[in-house]
This record gives sequence, structure tokens and C-alpha cells, in this order.
Amino acid sequence: MNAVLLASDLPYWLQSIFRVVGGLVAVLLPAGTVVYLFLFKMLSFMQSRLGPMEAGPYGSFQLFAEVGKWLQKEDIVPANAQPEARIFKMAPLIVLASTFLLVVVVPFGPDALFTDFETGIFYALAVSSISVLGILIAGWASANKYSLLGGLRAAGQLVAYELPMVLAVVGVVIQAGTMNLQQIVVAQNTGSMFGWDGIGNPYVLTQFVAFIIFMISVQAELSQTPFDMPIAESELVSGYMTEYSGFRFLIFFIGEFATAGVFAMIASILFLGGWGVPFAWFGWTTIDSVDNWMNFAGPLILFAKMMALVFFIMWIRFSSPRLREDQLQRFAWKVLIPISLVNIMLTAVLKVAF
Amino acid sequence: MTMLGDRQQLAYIASQAADARVNVELETEGMTLNIGPQHPATHGTLRIIARLDGEQVVWAEPSAGYMHRGYEKLTEVRTFPQVTALVNRIDWLGSFANEVPFILAAEKLMGVEAPSRAQHIRTILFELSRIANVSLFLGDLGVQLGAITPVFFAFRDREYVLNLIEGATGGRFHPNFDRIGGLKDDLPAGFIDETRVVMKKLRTFCDQIEDLLFGNEIFQSRTRGIGVIPKDVALSYGLSGANLRASGVDWDLRRDQDIPMAWNKTDFKVITHPDGDSFARCWVRLQEVRESTKIVDQLLDTIPAGPVMAKVPKIIKVPEGEAWVSTENPLGEMGYYVVSQGDQGPFRVKIRSASFNNISIVPWLLKGVYVPDIITILASLYFILGDIDR
Amino acid sequence: MAKPKVPGMFKGLGVTFATLLATAKNGADTVQYPHEKETPPIRARGVIALHEDNCTSCMLCARSCPDWCIYIEGHKELAPPRRAGGAPRKVNKLDRFDIDYALCMYCGICVEVCPFDALFWSPEYEYSEPRIADLLHDKAKLGEWMQTVPEAPELEAGAEKKGKK
Repeated sequence: MNAVLLASDLPYWLQSIFRVVGGLVAVLLPAGTVVYLFLFKMLSFMQSRLGPMEAGPYGSFQLFAEVGKWLQKEDIVPANAQPEARIFKMAPLIVLASTFLLVVVVPFGPDALFTDFETGIFYALAVSSISVLGILIAGWASANKYSLLGGLRAAGQLVAYELPMVLAVVGVVIQAGTMNLQQIVVAQNTGSMFGWDGIGNPYVLTQFVAFIIFMISVQAELSQTPFDMPIAESELVSGYMTEYSGFRFLIFFIGEFATAGVFAMIASILFLGGWGVPFAWFGWTTIDSVDNWMNFAGPLILFAKMMALVFFIMWIRFSSPRLREDQLQRFAWKVLIPISLVNIMLTAVLKVAF
Repeated sequence: MTMLGDRQQLAYIASQAADARVNVELETEGMTLNIGPQHPATHGTLRIIARLDGEQVVWAEPSAGYMHRGYEKLTEVRTFPQVTALVNRIDWLGSFANEVPFILAAEKLMGVEAPSRAQHIRTILFELSRIANVSLFLGDLGVQLGAITPVFFAFRDREYVLNLIEGATGGRFHPNFDRIGGLKDDLPAGFIDETRVVMKKLRTFCDQIEDLLFGNEIFQSRTRGIGVIPKDVALSYGLSGANLRASGVDWDLRRDQDIPMAWNKTDFKVITHPDGDSFARCWVRLQEVRESTKIVDQLLDTIPAGPVMAKVPKIIKVPEGEAWVSTENPLGEMGYYVVSQGDQGPFRVKIRSASFNNISIVPWLLKGVYVPDIITILASLYFILGDIDR
Repeated sequence: MAKPKVPGMFKGLGVTFATLLATAKNGADTVQYPHEKETPPIRARGVIALHEDNCTSCMLCARSCPDWCIYIEGHKELAPPRRAGGAPRKVNKLDRFDIDYALCMYCGICVEVCPFDALFWSPEYEYSEPRIADLLHDKAKLGEWMQTVPEAPELEAGAEKKGKK
């Protein structure tokens, strides 16, 4: 494995700046694109309207206008939340922090990565649950019954769906033989199916069940419809976000869509071959032989794959009603977890057999 | 616990006592949740006070009256044409349907009957307002259950119906087109052809909603078996309209009643469903929109020529007497009991609006359900706040 | 139900995707309001126009208004006689005719009761004001709306032609 680009020959302060900027871009760019392309435009077109059209060409600056609006608004702390105002104010930042922690392990190219964890996917699944803390804190500290219900629902839901997600990933990990996200990418792109390496071996084919379970869990983890009971604007008046305004609501909002982007990236790394193209196309054999231009093409490829996955997440979100809390739990424990366990077993057996 | 009536206060205390007995054993603490008056799921300002144990409702009571506008009192100091303009606003989504029973009651007192062309046009507009009203319900149902797209389809297709109503009457929401003795004016040219096109669009809309919502497994699991109203309970609480028909009662004032409207000249099915759950109520409404489009199509074919106004004096004085007329409105049975003492305006009007009676079942229905199901049940009962509070 | 059953969820996804494609192809069903405008129907009750010469300040409209939003003041004036040598006529001169559109509920009763054809509906709708008091339209402004009053529409087949009363 090459020396990581950012860590190699630059002074420490420059590296840090690169990493901070890169992290911001990696979180905010997908979030912004997702919001504009899917939330504004695709949603509108699906409802036979045009969506925002006034701010910028085809309304493309609408998001900046919205951000400007939110930033101007007063940062309200409800009277009953005053004693714990610090905690109340902290909650959205915790949610966003988990997104940033998550993006750290995502590899964007052969050398373009923030860190190269041996246990990358393990870490990713662990830090993704930090957002539960933020949501629970938000629900509790708001001193609002709706928020409390929303926070509790979110906690129950995110914990329940963490498990099928982990179990779905285990299948991939068994097949790849590593928890390192970078090596999972390499394993998929250097792999071959029955001796034919034309498209490598994206795990979406061999681990299709795990892929579906992972995407369903992502849907629930992001609390998108049909799993959006923690927010449920028609029941709980936006649940844990009810009492937040202005900047802090904006943070929740960015957190929601940035996490959608990051989870879609992780899904495309685990199942679609991540940043890579099948190495056989260009005659590469190992990660060291990958040409340097992949450091620039890789992020774009990953971005495209991410967008395709987010499209499905959003498409389902826009066309289905929401489940009830107990139905959701039942679905997780009685359907997803048994299926994923069977999937792990089969994967393990096949892995040993071949 | 402010603003509770005596009866509500007593019921609340009783429920708390019942809670306390449970709590001694389970060591849990109940919570009172106010759904409304400001809540996205209550179509206005209905307040539901729900006592929760976890997410389960132990006791619930609707508290109406936040938007009381005093219609029955207002009618006492207004003339008959003015009252017609006012009662438009009771159920604001199907406003033409509000005028008709009132006008029919006044006509009954005066002993005039509208010409048959006017009756036909009245029935067409009545059914159009039913379509406009219920199609919005179908979209709104999606929002209440978390699907955001159907409501935009509903607004889109309701717009075509509203355009028709506006083209004929001049008012999109509040036509004020009905007069004692007939109609204000005849239909404008092109109305019939346009209506046929729109009815076709509305049937496509029904198919879309059926695919998008009613066929969806999640929707079905949310609504099937939720909020079941058995036949006898529905009758004893005085439900009407689709809520009653969804409980398996074959009851439709359009068919069962002999009033000077054109329904008896058409051939339509009264939709019923045996289940009585939320899904049945929504399904019955969906099918009713389809039937309504067929009724409109039939009426457009058979619309007779002639005047639209009977001979009535310019200044209307309704002779002394009392009359009760009710019709099958989009929300259920809506009726007016008009008492006249020979003046230009009514002496007293009692309004029986469908939603007020329909939500009376809410305390019975909500006992023991979960918080998300409250919304499902309220959405499927379908009330308009103006129709409750008047 | 005999047909192979497509799960309802996928049907729903199909509906939204079909709409997405239809919108991309045929354009939206919505109107981009300030840039393009829909023409309201001829009968639309947008704003009330006053033909001042016809008004005799008889107060019928003001009395029949359900929420009393019409304000009329007038005085009697002597006008020159129609025929030479006749006595001077007494005419009602209109001093003030205001309609408060903040109160008006657009029922159209005033237009209907007017015995002298002085009030008309116009489908014009763009007269919102930042200040609510500016919604009180006076005689001159109501007179300006007269230019926007359209001809009454043709009636549907089978309608009885009635003479203008």
C-alpha cells in the first residue's frame, strides 16, 4: 500500500487544512447536491410541479437562500428547556459530529483518504450510532412531549436497525476477508466471477440479500419514510426537531442529508465497488499499480454511485406512507435479523467451500 | 387542564383514578398529550386531549369550539340570500353542497320547486363539490400517514374541478350560486364538454391514488383493523355518510330520500364495506369519488332545456312555518331545520352538520390505540373543522 | 386478483416515476405565477366595479351586504330639466362609495340586487396591498375597474334566453 497522499510529504499544518477542507467538502457537497437534486427537484417533478425556480438558474441557489434564512432566525430555547440550555444547544452538533466521524473512514481513491483503518467498517458502524445520543438528548432536553416521544422512538428505531445493518455487513466482511474499507474496494475490483473479471466482483451480486437489508436499515437509520416515525410531522410535529429553530434546525437538516450521502457512500463501497473501476480494464493488479489519476476520478465515481443509491432512498421516501412504531420493530426483529443471520451462515459456508 | 367542561373534567378525573390503580402495580406514570388546537394533523383547530400510558391512549376526548363562528345566531339577523352566502363557509371544501339543503328547506316552506334544469345543474354542482372535497381527503390521507406525494396529486386534480365550479358560478370555494326557486344563472357555454374531460382526469386520479396509497402494503397495515366501528356502535353514535357506509350500513340519502334533486334520475351504486375499519372508510370514499364522476357524466347527458329559475318575487319573504331538509353531503348527512315567521330572514336555523356527529365517536374509538393510530383514525373519520364548530 | 400480483409498493413507485417522466417531458401542471398567469373565467368574482353614472345611491347594496362592507354617502342635487320649461329634476349625487375588500366576502349579493346596473363583477384579482387599510377602494378606484369588466359569457345549450332586466 502506498504512503497515504495527505500524510506523506506535506507539513503537518497543511495536511490538517487539507483534511478539514476535504472533510467539509465530503460532507456538505453530497448534502447540498442531495437536497437540491432530490429534495427540491425530483420531489417536485414527481408531484408534477417544478420546485424552486427563482433563486439562480432553475432555482439552484435556493439552498443558499434557505441557509441564509435559517442563519438569520433567532436561536430559541424554550422556557422549560432553559435549565438545560447547554445540553439543548449541544444536541444537533452531536448529530452532525457523527456524520463527520463517519466520513473519516470513507476512501475516495487509491490514495485519497483521510485515514486507513484496519477496522474501518467496524468503526463506521460504531460512530454512526453516536447520532442516536444527539437525537435522544434533543428529544429529552426540548421539554416537549412530542419531542420526547420522537426522541424515544428514534432511539428505539436506530438501535433496532443497527443490528440488521451490522449483520448485513458481516456477510461482506466474511467474503472480503477484511474490515478495511479500502481493501474491501480492492477485493471487489480485483475479484472475478467464475474466472471472468470483466466487471470485477461487486458484492451487490453475491451479497444481494445483504445489500437489500443494508439499504432498508440505512433507510431506517436515516429515518426516511417509511421509517420516519421519529420525525413524523403529521403525528409528532417533527418529533425531536420540534423546538429547534434557525441555525440548530439547519444543523439537523444538514445532518440528515449529509448522513444520507455518507451512508450511501459506505453502501456503494461495500456493495458496488466504491471508487474503483474493475482493475482488469486497465491492467492493474494491486492497489499499488493503480494510476494516479484515479485519485481524481475515484471521488467522481464514488459520487455517482452514491447519487444512484440516494435516488432509491429518496424515491422510496417520496412514494410510501410511514409504518407504525411497533410494526417497524417487528419488521426489524422478526424479518430482517433472521434473514441476515441466514445470509451470514450461507456466506460463511460458501466461503469455506470455495 | 384548562378549558375543560364539567363533563370532560369528571371523565378526566375518572380516567386518572383508573390510571392510578394501574400505576400502583406497574409503577408507570401517565402523560397527557394535547393533540391540537395547533397540530398539523387536525385540519384546523380541533383539540384532542389524550391521556397516554406509554404510547397507548387510556382516555381521549375531543374538545371542539376553537373556531366557533356562531352560524346559527348569525342566520337570525340575515336575509335568506345572505344566509346562503354564509352557509357556504360551513364545510369549506364542499361549499356548494352546504347551500343546497338550506335552499331546499326554504323552498319547501315557500312551496316552490326549482325547474328541472336547475335541479340537474344543482345536482351536477353538488357532485362536483363532493369530488373536490373527497379528492382532497384522499391526498390528505397520505400526508397524515407520512406519504407526501398524494396530496399534491389531490391538489392538482381538485384544481380542475374548482376551475369548473368557478367557471359556472364565479366562486372557486364559495359559489353562492343557489337561489330560492332555482339558480343564479345558467351554465356558461362549454361547461358540459369541459366537465366530461375533467371527469376522465378524476378517474385517472383515483387510479393513481389507488396504486400509490391503497395498494401499498404499508398503508394497508396501518389502516386495516385500526379503529373498527361495528354497525350498531356506528348507528348509536349517529355517524353518517361514508363513515356509516364503511361499517356496512346501506344508507344513502341521495337514494333513500325523495327531494327535488336529480339523483333519482341517475343510476349509481351505494358503496358499502363490511369491515368498519379505517381502510374501509378510506376505500368507501375513494369509490364514491368514482361513482360521483359517473353520476356527473350521466347528468350531463340528460340535462333538460328550460329555465333555471322559477317564478319567485324579487324580495323573498318566506311564509311562517318550519321545515327540515337534509342531504347526503361529502362528509355525511347535513341538514337545516329552518323556522320562519314570515320575515325576509329565518327566525331560527338549526344546522345539523355531519362532522360534529362524526367526531362524537372519537372518545370511544381512541381508547386503547397507539399515538400514530390516533392520526390514522382521525384522518379516516374525515372531518372539516368548520363543519364541527360552525 | 388472478393476474400476477405486483406488490403495492412497487406500483406506487411506478406512479411517482411516471409522473417524474411526464413532468420532465410535458412540463409541470403548475403555473409559474408572476411570469405566467392563468386567465380566470369570465364569471370569476375578482373585484367589484362601479359604473358611477348609473348609481342612484339607493343603498340597496349597502343594506343587503352580509358583512356591511359598502359605505355610501350621497346628497340630492337639482339637475337641469329634461325638457325645456320643465321643473328641475332632483337627482341623487354620489359623494362616497367605498367597498372595504378586507371585509368583503365576495358573495355577489350587491351586484345582484343593484336595480340600476351600477355594479359589475370583474375577474381582476391582483390588487393586494401591504397595508390592510389600502384595501378600502373608493369611488374613483372602483370606477377604474369598469375597464376590466368582460361581456357576460355565452350560455350552454338548452338555456332559456332571458332578456336583460
